[in-house]
Amino acid sequence: MTAALQFVVDVLSLGGAYAMMALGLVIVYGILRLVNFAYGELIMVAGYTLYLIGGSALPWLVMAAVAVLAAIATGIMTDYVAFRPVRAKSVTAVLITSFAFSTLLQNAALLFISPRPRNVPLPEIFSDTIQIWGVITPVRNVLTIVAAAVLLSVFALVMKRTMLGIAMRAAASQFTMARMLGVPANLVISTAFAISGLMAGVVALFWLGRSGAVVPGIGLEPLLVAFIATVIGGMRSLQGAVLGGFLLAFIDTGLNHALPQNLLQFRDAFTFSLVILILLWRPEGLMRGPATGQRT
Amino acid sequence: MLDRKTLLTLALLLLPVALLVLGAEQLGVRVLERIAINLCISLTLVVGLQVFMGNSGILSFAHIGFMGVGAYASAVLSIPVQMKGMALPDLYAAVAGLQLSPYLAIAIGGLVAATVAALVSYPLMRLSDAAAVITSFALLVVLHTVMLHWSEVTNGPRTLFGLPKATDLHLAAGVAAGAIVIALLFKESRTGILLRASRDDEIAAAAMGVDIAKARWRAFVLSALIAGVAGGLWGHFITSFSPRAFFLKETFVILGMLVIGGASTVSGAVFGALLVTFAFEGLRTVEASLNRAQIFAEQVVGLTEVALALAMIGILILRPGGLFATAEIGAARPFRSTADGVSRPIRSTPEEPIRSNPTEKASP
Repeated sequence: MTAALQFVVDVLSLGGAYAMMALGLVIVYGILRLVNFAYGELIMVAGYTLYLIGGSALPWLVMAAVAVLAAIATGIMTDYVAFRPVRAKSVTAVLITSFAFSTLLQNAALLFISPRPRNVPLPEIFSDTIQIWGVITPVRNVLTIVAAAVLLSVFALVMKRTMLGIAMRAAASQFTMARMLGVPANLVISTAFAISGLMAGVVALFWLGRSGAVVPGIGLEPLLVAFIATVIGGMRSLQGAVLGGFLLAFIDTGLNHALPQNLLQFRDAFTFSLVILILLWRPEGLMRGPATGQRT
Repeated sequence: MLDRKTLLTLALLLLPVALLVLGAEQLGVRVLERIAINLCISLTLVVGLQVFMGNSGILSFAHIGFMGVGAYASAVLSIPVQMKGMALPDLYAAVAGLQLSPYLAIAIGGLVAATVAALVSYPLMRLSDAAAVITSFALLVVLHTVMLHWSEVTNGPRTLFGLPKATDLHLAAGVAAGAIVIALLFKESRTGILLRASRDDEIAAAAMGVDIAKARWRAFVLSALIAGVAGGLWGHFITSFSPRAFFLKETFVILGMLVIGGASTVSGAVFGALLVTFAFEGLRTVEASLNRAQIFAEQVVGLTEVALALAMIGILILRPGGLFATAEIGAARPFRSTADGVSRPIRSTPEEPIRSNPTEKASP
């Protein structure tokens, strides 16, 4: 029983983080068809912001808020640097510029800060553990679950109920038609990038909580997680991204428990093989997303 | 079989390779020879990537991974038996006593890479667009993970050493020339033409009976074969390497070469590789002299990548198809006067992105 509960807590906390990451990626992809390779660097930016303001006397929550804001600002900057100048061209062009922007940010961090890890300030509570019904788990995991639940619900509410959310969903479904009906394109696009930055920023806080330090390459693993989660879930469906995130967390945690020690280091390879199997069965991912005209 | 334009292209593309060999030999400076060999290997890689990416229109990140497979496979076969005890103490007995000629090992390395590609890629070839790109990225990470952890064969994350030095300028240039010939032949072959049709309009091509997944698969395997051979060549040139040599930074460099040159054409691949290599060597000299002068407190790293990233973004904004967007160099007619008597610039066809689908763009 305890083992089962432990498993559930692990899956939920990991899945919450994965789902937020995947959602941040899909919100941009859904509207723009842009696979944002610079997405992982948003986490890096949040990390370095924490590091740079770490020496100040500000309370941690303020620092965290500044870090999330920095991620949002970088997200919007992606729009202006990597997307707007080439958006009328081809899908591949957009993809490559985002990859170039990602390399640019990473190497800027290498060049101007350092290739070595830098410690970030973390609150005391992150290193505590808590016991719930016999399961011992870090408080960080519980906080991740709570943050994911709150953020995902607010996000769902915004997308369903507010004017902006409806406009964004309309744009994701038929961009041209939505524009004809008066949806302001630039606002929707910038909002998508801002939401993407928000998700990345919040995830960054918990992601950094695990290692306590930031390096220029920190964005790769979360980026890969978000990629795989969205491909499993369906590239154009917001629910699919959340589902994919939790499913990937389930696979990862399951493999952690099931694989013997000497195979554990190949976990990524096993995860990916499972993903291939899922894609063989459903090339479009588990959820199809809104019906659209043909657009690639 | 080949028409006049293709033959002209071939000649014009082999010319710089020949010039490179002659130039490096005439000058006789060791550094230049090193640069020339590296350039030939990059050229092979980029042309190999073009075989898949240019003809199918799908971005592939996994290419460098197959280079790694080729490098490790050839290394395991060619490291002298007495060295293996030190370099790879845990190697399986079946290959531990084996020592092939490095040239044979390089060829087998290419075949191993092609086999791995053939096995893993078939399901992936059903995917298009973003999903295909993302899975190829994941494939790169998986190959990297395996190289990093399969200590018996790769010596884990540590450096693998002891490869005999077999790659010289002639071999590297010969392989690069071979890759160019293969890429051009493939482009004009039946599979190549079908694949390019599917690149330009997937639905129309499928409706006319193109087996898109199969055509893509063939291109992918050929591309992995070339990458594997390039990896073996590089391994026997550098003689010691670690899995870190086959990851994102290198992917970014060859992708940059291809994009700047123009992914749709072999000419683009060749001239992209040449251009970026020369620019890189220049920047590296700057970086090295900055570090030597110790102007900054810490080592300057990443300058070359920053410059390449900016160049890529700039090229894509100004010329989204790269320098050679649609026409090969042999097909271009720089000064042919048109009906209205005005001479046109090099490319006479309208500008077309790698993957154009004009029905609806996600852009205003």
